[in-house]
Amino acid sequence: MRNSAKHQWIYAWLLLSPAMIFLITFTHYPAVQTVISSFFSTGRGRRKSVFIGWDNYATLLLDEVFWKVLVNNFWYAIWTIPLSIIFSLAMALWVNDKLRGRGFLRMAYFTPTVLPLIAVANIWLFFYTPGFGLIDQIRGLFGFAEQNWMGSPDTALYSMIAVAIWKEAGFFMIFYLAALQTIPPSLREAASIEGASKFYYFRRVIFPLLMPTTLFVSINAVINSFRLVDHIFVMTEGGPNNSSSLLLFYIYEVAFDYWDTAYAATLTVVMLAILTTVAIGQFFFLDKKVHYK
Amino acid sequence: MFQKIFKIASTASLTSLACVGSAFAVDLEFYFPVAVGGAAATTIEKLTADYVAANPGVNIDAIYAGSYSDAGVKALTAARGGKPPQISVLLSTQMFTLIDEDVITPFDDFVSAEEKESWIGGFYPSFMENSQTGGKTYGIPFQRSTPVLYWNKAAFAEAGLDPEIAPATWDEMVDFGKKLTKKDASGNVSQWGVRIPSAGFPYWLFQGLSTPAGAILANSDGNKTNFNDPKVVEALEYLVDLSAKHGIMQPGSIEWGPTPKAFFEGETAMMWTTTGNLVNVRKNAPFDFGVAMLPAKERRGAPTGGGNFYLFKDSTDEQKDAAVAFVQWITAPEQAAIWSIATGYVAPRPDAWETDAMKAYTKDFPPALIARDQLEFAVAELSTFENGKVTQTLNDALAAAIAGEKTAKDALDQAQATADRILKPYR
Repeated sequence: MRNSAKHQWIYAWLLLSPAMIFLITFTHYPAVQTVISSFFSTGRGRRKSVFIGWDNYATLLLDEVFWKVLVNNFWYAIWTIPLSIIFSLAMALWVNDKLRGRGFLRMAYFTPTVLPLIAVANIWLFFYTPGFGLIDQIRGLFGFAEQNWMGSPDTALYSMIAVAIWKEAGFFMIFYLAALQTIPPSLREAASIEGASKFYYFRRVIFPLLMPTTLFVSINAVINSFRLVDHIFVMTEGGPNNSSSLLLFYIYEVAFDYWDTAYAATLTVVMLAILTTVAIGQFFFLDKKVHYK
Repeated sequence: MFQKIFKIASTASLTSLACVGSAFAVDLEFYFPVAVGGAAATTIEKLTADYVAANPGVNIDAIYAGSYSDAGVKALTAARGGKPPQISVLLSTQMFTLIDEDVITPFDDFVSAEEKESWIGGFYPSFMENSQTGGKTYGIPFQRSTPVLYWNKAAFAEAGLDPEIAPATWDEMVDFGKKLTKKDASGNVSQWGVRIPSAGFPYWLFQGLSTPAGAILANSDGNKTNFNDPKVVEALEYLVDLSAKHGIMQPGSIEWGPTPKAFFEGETAMMWTTTGNLVNVRKNAPFDFGVAMLPAKERRGAPTGGGNFYLFKDSTDEQKDAAVAFVQWITAPEQAAIWSIATGYVAPRPDAWETDAMKAYTKDFPPALIARDQLEFAVAELSTFENGKVTQTLNDALAAAIAGEKTAKDALDQAQATADRILKPYR
């Protein structure tokens, strides 16, 4: 009896170990190491790294660029999360209906997800180009003056937000589409017998049934709003004057342009803290409103 | 016990491997970046292969390491991990960073006094400014460039200007620019006078203004900047005024990528950009174009740019000797000429321009000579310790002034204060 319990115990660990080894090597160990590094100075070849306590965090509080990218990231999240979810839901509802060219439409919506963001950003670069870019050429037909979308601090961040939404919405649409197809048609029939309007049916039946998907999508959207920065490398490099820089981009800049790895670790700790808080919050608060079958 | 056996066995096999290696050839790793694409990678690989074929004593593994910044990251990461390449081409501006990280070693110790004179002394002095500090040579110029002014001769003729004459001074550039700027009936500009790209790293072309204004942005020890010199302020005011006051340049920050296209499409009549674009413009401009030195204020002047060879510290003396011999060969006149013609980079030595291949090339395509002639007036590209941070500080200041968020003076005063704070430990 005792023997078999022990057996199971070993068995469990063996089954868990492949995933655990990878998680520890690539997630937990680096995360812990990041926290430790944030309490040391950056070592250079000629000066060794030393323990400096909270100094990096003090620098962080006084770093104007850090606050600027944090505010930028806030607006980036505020716009990209809800808009990409709304667009993806709308697109999913539309291509879920029976209509002509549905396959083509679904493919068109999904295309941005398939294309590599770096490549696509190079194309967007030419959309935004003042004067002869696509957007300005269209605006020119209506007599508007040219607009330097990426070159002005007022519009640079919003230009980046538009690209991110365009990229994300198609991806989320796939999840909504899959969820929509699991909703039994009998519900729709029952609703129409009861005389429920289309909107009422959506609000009281479809939307609640989609909640688990919405939770999943919204967590992904939150993570992406911190993670999706590839296009910034290609399009604005955070400029002009950091107006389109985001937290992760700034971390990269500090780590690999300035080679201030300790400070980059400090910034990473902040980002980890934000993401953890948001994710926990979402699970606890939103989870109550989610209806699981 | 097992560990011990393993250790002995592995040491033995390593030693035997090393013996075999040294009996036949020295192995070198060589990282190179490609910034402009096209012929650069194939040309480097071919030159390296030719060298290895002619020298059985060496084996060189030429590794394409991505863009300049990718290559920098890779080389530094490898060096920190204890496995650096023996040689690498990296940005000339990274010299102080690499010294600070203690990963490179000067070339001087591996050449004879005579070679020092004939080889190291044989490069254009303006290219050596970014390659030497404290009397030591840490970089050997290789893929180097400098910005020049390209102009559209057809647009000049249309505006009533002499199509063969480029603006030689700041005032002339504004005058010409005003004549060249075209507006349609509703007041929208259809052709700008000039385009000076400023997105991402405005400091480089800004040095094409601050140098003629008579200022040098950083000292040669790399620990002091000069950002709020009145002459630097004057240069920034001029740059801002091109859009704000004279209306001859598109306002806001201007992208590098679409700049040649804007020139080809006639969206701008003049553009400032690197000589690395020469081959591209020659192939794609649908009109006659000219290439000129950047216009002068107090003097002529421009920055240099591009990459140098660096010699990494963590290798055997044998490897270093072999590495230096290779660098000597690839920067020798014949090879420099092949490289320059294939890529548009400026051949970094006067004797390279005297080769038959180079003479034939410049006869066929005289604009290539402009870059060389400008070298007489060129200065070091901005480079200091903590280079990334200091340069970004200036970039932010320039971007803020260009966007109209700050005045030129305020922006530069702040940048200088920040740079002082960053560089204090290095004085």
